[in-house]
Amino acid sequence: MSLAVKDVLRPPTAQARRHCLDLDDWSESEITALLDSAKVMQEILARPVKKAPGLRGKMVVNCFYEASTRTRVSFEVAAKSLSADVVNFSAGGSSVEKGESLIDTAKTLVALGANVIVIRHSMAGAPHVVARNAGAAVINAGDGRHAHPTQALLDLYTMRERIGRLAGLKVAIVGDVLHSRVARSNVHGLTRMGAEVILCGPATLLPVNLQVPGMRFEHDLDGILGEVDVVMPLRIQKERAEGGLIPSLREYRERWGVTADRLARLRRDALIMHPGPMNPGVEIDPEVAISKQSVIESQVSNGVAIRMALLYLLAGVPM
Amino acid sequence: MASEVTAATRNGNGSAPSPASSAKQIMSAEDVRRALTRIAHEIIEHNRGVRNLVLVGMRTRGIPLARRLAERLDEFEGVQVPVGELDITLYRDDIGMRAVQPLVGSTAIPVDVSGKVIVLVDDVLFTGRSVRAALDALIDYGRPKAIQLAVLVDRGHRELPIRPDYVGKNVPTALEEDVAVLLRETDGVDGVEIRL
Repeated sequence: MSLAVKDVLRPPTAQARRHCLDLDDWSESEITALLDSAKVMQEILARPVKKAPGLRGKMVVNCFYEASTRTRVSFEVAAKSLSADVVNFSAGGSSVEKGESLIDTAKTLVALGANVIVIRHSMAGAPHVVARNAGAAVINAGDGRHAHPTQALLDLYTMRERIGRLAGLKVAIVGDVLHSRVARSNVHGLTRMGAEVILCGPATLLPVNLQVPGMRFEHDLDGILGEVDVVMPLRIQKERAEGGLIPSLREYRERWGVTADRLARLRRDALIMHPGPMNPGVEIDPEVAISKQSVIESQVSNGVAIRMALLYLLAGVPM
Repeated sequence: MASEVTAATRNGNGSAPSPASSAKQIMSAEDVRRALTRIAHEIIEHNRGVRNLVLVGMRTRGIPLARRLAERLDEFEGVQVPVGELDITLYRDDIGMRAVQPLVGSTAIPVDVSGKVIVLVDDVLFTGRSVRAALDALIDYGRPKAIQLAVLVDRGHRELPIRPDYVGKNVPTALEEDVAVLLRETDGVDGVEIRL
């Protein structure tokens, strides 16, 4: 049942892809095809009957070892909109507490009929382990600090939908990039599509050993406000201040918070995005989050369409 | 299953049918034009006009055929009949049985189909499975008063109880043969060929 590593990581074409573990192995045409499919899925979500039978008889298991609201619900809505059966599994209260290994848990889920395993785990690489061993299509819904490909895909989709293109865009990802799997997957996806990514934040929160062509580091947010098409602040966790990575939340907001004052200095057509959940008043001001330039709510609704497109792409292929 | 594979290649998901070693033309560009003109007249006669009518073309080659029928209906009756585009990918009955997943295409039906008479348009009628999928897809958009079926070529070999209301040409074929409909909009020329 187990696949060779190269088969897992380097599928020959978009249509034969088995898993979605990160975006670093997606080609430009593959990403474009998925964004185009998501547009079709959006049409389905806008119909009076918001359901198509594409995945009838398939079982999608949401396997969340970490807390989540939007991602888990989004996958559930996406799977149900394609008529798949959805089973939600969370580690708490399961055999995981009795010490069952990740691989055994995954094999159990497949034996129970899972065709797709959507997995979120605090350990980077956990979805890869499942992909190599379980005999089901695997979608990474966030693993440690490593990757969150569906969030990046919905971000790409939202930018393309609003601005009309991805090539040549300048996207600033601001804040705690070091601990952010969203930022890492966005760097891979955006640069692959020809956009430029500026990772901006305090030196203590930037992953200095991340080097991808098309991406650069900046420390001064005010210096880049006028040139960017998209600003995406990341959630600042209170522990970061306690851990000494930032002096205080207030000082962080002074220098890197997307405040109403900074919104005024952005280009009028620049987009404000946020992967959620937000800390209003820290990395983003509440009035910025609900401003006309904010597309935060569209990100959430577009997430369903992207996940439908991905589920369809992966679940329809025999293992 | 062999028949389904053939049905897929003749539709090709948008790509032009590849040139084959032995091809026999069964309809010329003129034949296609005359067949469409006759079908347009039949649609008008059968429905006593074109009121309440919507043409829906099945992706890929049903769409240009539906547009051409709409042009003729406008010419003969002076009424612009709405034309929709239907993609049936998510409604197929062979999802998960192919090595590669066909890409989904967009569906655009410009009007509410409830209470309308829909003329579904496709290039080739073969097993009937695509039409079955199209019926399911259409009904997810509302409750039409009636659905009729127009095809340029009926090649037989039905696997489902489906029959066309309007046919350009009935062509008896062998299962292993491939019927290729070529249209200006998608292939540069008009014509229908049988390929082995």
